[in-house]
Amino acid sequence: MTKPLSGSDIAQQIGDQFPDAVTDSNETAVFVRSEALLDVAGFLKESLDLNYLNNITAVDYTDYFELTYLFTSLASNHSLVIKTRCEERDNPRVPSVVSLWQGADFQEREIYDLLGISFDGHPNMKRIFLWDGFQGYPLRKDFIIDVPGGGKATKQGVNDA
Amino acid sequence: MTLNTEQVIINIGPQHPSTHGVFRMRVTFDGEVIIDMEPVFGYLHRGIEKLAEHKTYVQNIPFTDRLDYLAAMSNNFAYVLAVEKLAGIEVPERAEYIRIIMAELMRISSHLMGVGFFLNDMGAFMTPVLYMLREREKILDLFEMACGQRLTYNYMRFGGVSHDIPGEFMPALKRFIDEMPGYIDEYDQLIAENEIVLARTKGIGILSADQAINASTAGPVLRATGVKWDLRKADPYSIYDRFDFDVPTGTNGDNYDRYRMKIEEMKQSVRIVKQAMEQLPQGEICTRVSPTFKPPKGEAYGRVEGPKGELGFFIVSDGSAKPYRFKVRPPALLNLTVLREMIIGWKLADAIVTFGSIDICMGEVDR
Repeated sequence: MTKPLSGSDIAQQIGDQFPDAVTDSNETAVFVRSEALLDVAGFLKESLDLNYLNNITAVDYTDYFELTYLFTSLASNHSLVIKTRCEERDNPRVPSVVSLWQGADFQEREIYDLLGISFDGHPNMKRIFLWDGFQGYPLRKDFIIDVPGGGKATKQGVNDA
Repeated sequence: MTLNTEQVIINIGPQHPSTHGVFRMRVTFDGEVIIDMEPVFGYLHRGIEKLAEHKTYVQNIPFTDRLDYLAAMSNNFAYVLAVEKLAGIEVPERAEYIRIIMAELMRISSHLMGVGFFLNDMGAFMTPVLYMLREREKILDLFEMACGQRLTYNYMRFGGVSHDIPGEFMPALKRFIDEMPGYIDEYDQLIAENEIVLARTKGIGILSADQAINASTAGPVLRATGVKWDLRKADPYSIYDRFDFDVPTGTNGDNYDRYRMKIEEMKQSVRIVKQAMEQLPQGEICTRVSPTFKPPKGEAYGRVEGPKGELGFFIVSDGSAKPYRFKVRPPALLNLTVLREMIIGWKLADAIVTFGSIDICMGEVDR
């Protein structure tokens, strides 16, 4: 079984190296300040042998964006979840981890395309699925779509008409 | 006298028989040799992740069928696993076994298509793929018996499966499982030692293990480089820890190894289905879950080893009947990350074969 590493334990390790990088931690995840993400990720990649980036998910919580990174070490078979938040809404920026994991390339472009979060240091930061002239970012909660069968999508989800 | 040369950019796709859907490559050539490639996606983007936020959890199961439509059962499986993890739903024994049987049959079917169209791309036009469609047809018949559908099954439910398997299912499955190893040998006789296949695949499109891991590739693409990583073994979900099977790995990470992986994995899937058939218990097939059930607040990542690699669903719930976020981890898209590195330095015809060996499905790449 893949062993999920405890976020609290790892938070201490990070704290020794980067004193104010960790904002919060619990059993399942470590929360890192977005500015420190690249340094912390690079440090953990070496110290915990996290050589595989499984998945990046970005969620729009209307007050902030939350990015969830799931890393695995294929050799030791353990995994770690790192989360970071971005409060800026007009021009959210987060450091890119493509320089460490090439697998982040398309995932970060997808997040830029659908949620409008720019990744600093990404070699090719442009839309991946939608065309260049597309207005808005569809996966943001304030992007309204007409729902078939009535009802309008709003910030909080769908209000049934 | 010096010749003036200049680089040529050629568009391959989106409408092209070897792009497996609507994929486009902008390839830069220096003479005949590829020096750069940029993949262009999005022709099949349907916004499924956004639409899913406006449907209830149960209504989203059919959406997952339409991601990788050649492996719809696996998509169902990953999604229901994620929601079951989120809501803590128990699954009856019998349903677990039925799911495993379906998922492994789906893997065989998807690999049959993968190998068949890979050979198609190589110029073995339609003959090999016809043999493989013959076996896939039998699998689709089995699925049709179980759920009435042949392509988009909508078969798995939170807490089980939608229908129990009918009486005629087991004899037909037994027939198929007994015959399948013979069919796989037949493919090997036809293609494994074929001189043209060897010339077109051995040593071409090489991917190193480090590169494959760094680029988050998964499934046969990763294992062909020699990395023994299969979620069924590494992080057993459902009841995979009860079955005895091997994880085949390659050595060179070239086109030939990627093709061999699929053949070897089919043999292992046959082994798993055989064991599951013997152990299949009687009993309930589904825990009853309300169609508008509301999982507790939280998030969960459910994943399976799909035919093309790690297929995951990241679900965020805000406590309502609809998911707050519905994110798919598409193995086919991430496997394409390394396509550029794999084809640089080769010629156009090799690029097509390399692309075919990755085995993608645009429904999943673009979503």
